[in-house]
This record gives sequence, C-alpha cells and structure tokens, in this order.
Amino acid sequence: MTGLLERLLGRSPAKGSGTTAKERLQFILVHDRINLPPERLQAMKAEILEVISKYVAVERDDVDIFLEQRNRDSLIKAEIPFSGVNTQDEARNRMLTASNSDDDSLDDG
Amino acid sequence: MGAKVVTVTSGKGGVGKTTTTANLGIALARMGKRVVVIDADIGLRNLDIVMGLENRIVYDMVDVIEGRCQLRQAMIKHKQFPDLFLIPAAQTRDKTAVSPTDMIQTADKLRTEFDFIIIDSPAGIERGFRNAIAPADEVLIVTNPEVSAVRDADRIIGLLEANNKGPGKLILNRVKAEMIKRGEMMSPDDVTDILAIKIIGIVPEDEGVIPSSNSGNPITLNENSRAGQAFRNIARRLSGEEVPFMQLNETGGFMQRIARLFSGGQSE
Repeated sequence: MTGLLERLLGRSPAKGSGTTAKERLQFILVHDRINLPPERLQAMKAEILEVISKYVAVERDDVDIFLEQRNRDSLIKAEIPFSGVNTQDEARNRMLTASNSDDDSLDDG
Repeated sequence: MGAKVVTVTSGKGGVGKTTTTANLGIALARMGKRVVVIDADIGLRNLDIVMGLENRIVYDMVDVIEGRCQLRQAMIKHKQFPDLFLIPAAQTRDKTAVSPTDMIQTADKLRTEFDFIIIDSPAGIERGFRNAIAPADEVLIVTNPEVSAVRDADRIIGLLEANNKGPGKLILNRVKAEMIKRGEMMSPDDVTDILAIKIIGIVPEDEGVIPSSNSGNPITLNENSRAGQAFRNIARRLSGEEVPFMQLNETGGFMQRIARLFSGGQSE
C-alpha cells in the first residue's frame, strides 16, 4: 500500500526490477508446482474445448485457459466466450470437421 | 515431550543456512535454553567454523552412527554457553553414511535433555536434505529476495508438504531496505505473497556477518547488530513469544536520505 502511495507521489520508479522478479516468479512457480509438461497442458486445453464445443459455439480466437495459484493451491481458470448454442447435429458436424483439420486448430495458446 | 527439533534448510546454497543455524543456537542459549546444533552437511562441514569450535572436534556424527564413540563424546560444548552443544558433520565421508532413521534415533536420544535441537541441512533436495528433515518438528526455510533462491524455496516447501513436514516457516535473509525502497528488490510481502507460507524472520543485510564468521563469533553476540537483533527475534518466536518484526528502514534520518538521493541512491 505504501509502495503504491510512493509511486503516485513519484518517489519510486513505476516498475523496478523487483516487480519484474515477482511477476516472473509467479509465472515460473505455477508451472513448477503442477509439474505438467507443456504438451500435456496443451492437450488438456484442446480436450476441454472439444467438450464445451459439443454444447456451445466457442469463439476459439478469444479463448483463454490458464493456470493460477491461490495460496499454495493450483487452479485452472478458463474464459471461454461463445456465440450461441450448438444443437446435437451441429456439434457432430463440428467434431467431424475438427477431427479432419485436426492439429492446427488446437494449438492456439 | 522434551526438545523441539528445528531443521534449517533452503534448497539453494549460499543463502545463509549455516549462519542462521549458528545464530539461532547462540540466541536460544543466551535465553537460557539447552540447545544442540547438528551439522547434517556430511562431507562439507562448516557449522563448527562459523561457531568457532573447529579446534575442539574429536568425533563426529558418523562416528556416533557407526559406533566408534558415544553420542556424548561427539557433542562439543560451546566456549561461552555451557548448555550449548555442537555435533559436527564428518568431513571425509558423504551423505550416504547417514540415513533418515539414524537422524531420528539421534534426535530422540537428545530430546529429553534439551529444549531445542537445531539441524543445519545441506543445500539440495537429495539424501542430505531428507536426513535433515526426518526428525524435524518444525522446518525453517531460509531464502534471499532473489528469483533463484525463492524458486528453490518453493520447491523445498512442496517437498516438505509431500513428506508431511510442511509447510514450514520462512526466514528472509539479506534483505536490503534501500533496494526495496528503490523498487529493485522484492519486499518481504512480495516473497510471502509468492510462497504463501508464514514468515518467522526478516534479516537485514549486515556487513558485520562476514567478520563475525571470520572470527567464529556469530553476529547475534553483537548487541548493536541489526542482523543479530533479527536472529534474537527469531529465537524468541521459536520459543513461542510474539515479537513484532523490526522496521527495515531505520537507516538514518531525512538529511541522510537526501544525501543518498544525490549520490545516486547508493547506501552505506
């Protein structure tokens, strides 16, 4: 809190390397703690999307699935915007096209 | 129930484990507690030097375990505090000479006669670390406000939890108030935010620490040292007292701060 105040009063730099250190650590530790290899994480994200796409039309470009820490617990957080409901037939069609075009549709980060 | 077994560990080397162990041992002894400090860093012993007791070693931990001497014979009495003892590590052996069970048995033999058993863990997460935490009732994780040290501390916390010894309590060592003020160092709040464990000590950087280990007189013997004061505070917290954390930025008044501003923010 005092840090913020000092920053507002211009007494300390807006963002020193201390803040960078904290941010880098938070990112590093999320991945250290869950110990899930990147390709597994990627596969999990793809599978989650696949399931959700059965029911709603997901806007894949705006999807954000990421890991976060709360105290020492790991959380998977997901923001998955969609534009409408998928009927069962539509879902089946989407699945078929998805499995045809396969890999490149899956590795959005 | 007897002694409380406290293990001092860190993951990363060079963050101040041995200095912390030596100072806590002395600070507790000054409070009138009966204390044994054990160097669990087999093959790289150092606690004896930091405490100025290296000339008195006859037997070590491995001699006890392999039956060449009685436990009492390996306990070196401190020159100033008759109720403070050191059990040194062997210098010519490696970690495999000791097992976690050996450590538990040794600690159990000492529990009835002492108030605190403080174990100095080696760096790393292998056998030596497992030996050191095996008998622990409480684990203290020493770290510095630097990315690599904090990352290693986090790994240690994870391992402690996996071994039902967690989460442990944090000692943040070598904290520079001036750098925190300039935004160039993580603050104690930043580090506890990241690691999400309780903090039991914040030790300021102190130029007196190296001379004190040079001469084998841990800094907490110096009444005027701020690091020494921080270690005394930790010792009191370990004994169950509520002690407020010291203010980090008690380094001079307004004019000095102005002077520092013009000299480019360098302090001391």
